[in-house]
Amino acid sequence: MQFDRGSGAVMCDPGFAEQVRKESRVAFDRCYQCLTCTLGCPMARYMDYPPNELVRMVQLGLKKEVLGCSTIWICASCESCIARCPNDVDIPHLMDVLHQMALREGVKPKEPHVKKFHDAFLDPVRMFGRQHEGLMSAEHFMRSRDFSVKTLKVAAGLGMGMITKGKLKILPPKSGKGKSEVKRLFKVTMKRKTP
Amino acid sequence: MKYAYYPGCSQEGGEEHFGKSTEAVCHALGIELQEIHDWTCCGASSGHFTNEDLSAALPARNLAIAEKMGLDTVCVCAACYLRLRHTRHEVRHNPGFSKKLEGLLDLPYEGKYDVRHLLDIVVNKLGLDAVKAKVNKPLKDLKLVCYYGCYLMRPPTVVAFDNPENPTAMDRLMETLGADVRDWGAKVDCCGGSLMLTKSDAVHEFVGSIADRARDVGAEAIVTACPMCTMNLEAMQKGKDKLPVIYFTELMGVAMGLPDTKKWFKKHLKSPAKVLAAHGL
Repeated sequence: MQFDRGSGAVMCDPGFAEQVRKESRVAFDRCYQCLTCTLGCPMARYMDYPPNELVRMVQLGLKKEVLGCSTIWICASCESCIARCPNDVDIPHLMDVLHQMALREGVKPKEPHVKKFHDAFLDPVRMFGRQHEGLMSAEHFMRSRDFSVKTLKVAAGLGMGMITKGKLKILPPKSGKGKSEVKRLFKVTMKRKTP
Repeated sequence: MKYAYYPGCSQEGGEEHFGKSTEAVCHALGIELQEIHDWTCCGASSGHFTNEDLSAALPARNLAIAEKMGLDTVCVCAACYLRLRHTRHEVRHNPGFSKKLEGLLDLPYEGKYDVRHLLDIVVNKLGLDAVKAKVNKPLKDLKLVCYYGCYLMRPPTVVAFDNPENPTAMDRLMETLGADVRDWGAKVDCCGGSLMLTKSDAVHEFVGSIADRARDVGAEAIVTACPMCTMNLEAMQKGKDKLPVIYFTELMGVAMGLPDTKKWFKKHLKSPAKVLAAHGL
């Protein structure tokens, strides 16, 4: 957290909360810190700030901390929090808007592998119009260069299973005109810098 | 009963046995599936993770084609189900969203027709009596737990067709097939599917806990209705004694005596054939 050198107060970006409010249309001001979101969040203990704290940080305008934290990247999008929130604060959507904002503003993701996984997922879709699991996995490893033992173990187990069970398709998925239509959709949506 | 069918990428890739069993079961039950011509990926989690407009356009393109067909859409992947339903929900409740789509798609989309998961259609539209009439090999004494995961029920305002904290649709369907269905506490827990390759420690823990709790109530297999959950639950269980994970459509195929069930089982990372054989199935 950044502190003002003179007063010792936490440095806020006063426009940040309004920017998030406008872009997400999530009513995060309604949060009264009941902690229901965090109690049911499977990823909370892996996050640097649990969901309830993240919401408070957005309210306070702590832009740098919010866009730079791990929470926004490792949210599993399980939608438990919004299913249970007594005030309908759509935290999963808030997470989406926050990491999209981080990407647009060039903030280095605290969890780079997660970002790279999503890039690897979308790439075959952009190319073929449909997913290609083999290419997606290969791309993920090329992009993330995550050759840690635990990740390789998962990949090897899954990869071997996929091959021996004949689950891994080599040829790209079939698709007709849809392929070029999806390419076009990627082109027009991804070039927009602001929502 | 006729629907526009959105198979989804997994059902043409690694989880094609879910697609094949879906088609076989629907055919046997008289649910006519008309595949959405030239359908494309819904973008799933990675779409809305990356770009709001892209995550709106990818599902909407498919729904626009289905709307032209004049039919409600059915899908079997829970992730596709959420993305398609979310898009329709936004079109119907958020004028700004429709306006955005107009500038992106080359077909109009007004959200006229419904999007439903096959489980919802079988249980709530077709009805369990119609299923019961087709059962000729009851899953007698087969001890099962039903796993719903996240997107069949959450977020409730967009997708839920049952009690989001304690759904019973799949449980009732399996009971109709004659199985011994056990109540348990992990029905709607998250298995962490989207973080399989990036936060594998957490995912091993989630999957381990789900499998342990299934064993605690005596289950011999876990029944699912989502390819992401199935793949993750199969791949991320640790140890030698893994619980098989079976699609609800495959078990319907078994109970209805459909011919291709053995072929479907060959595609599982952990084949359910042995557990079923122990019960003469």
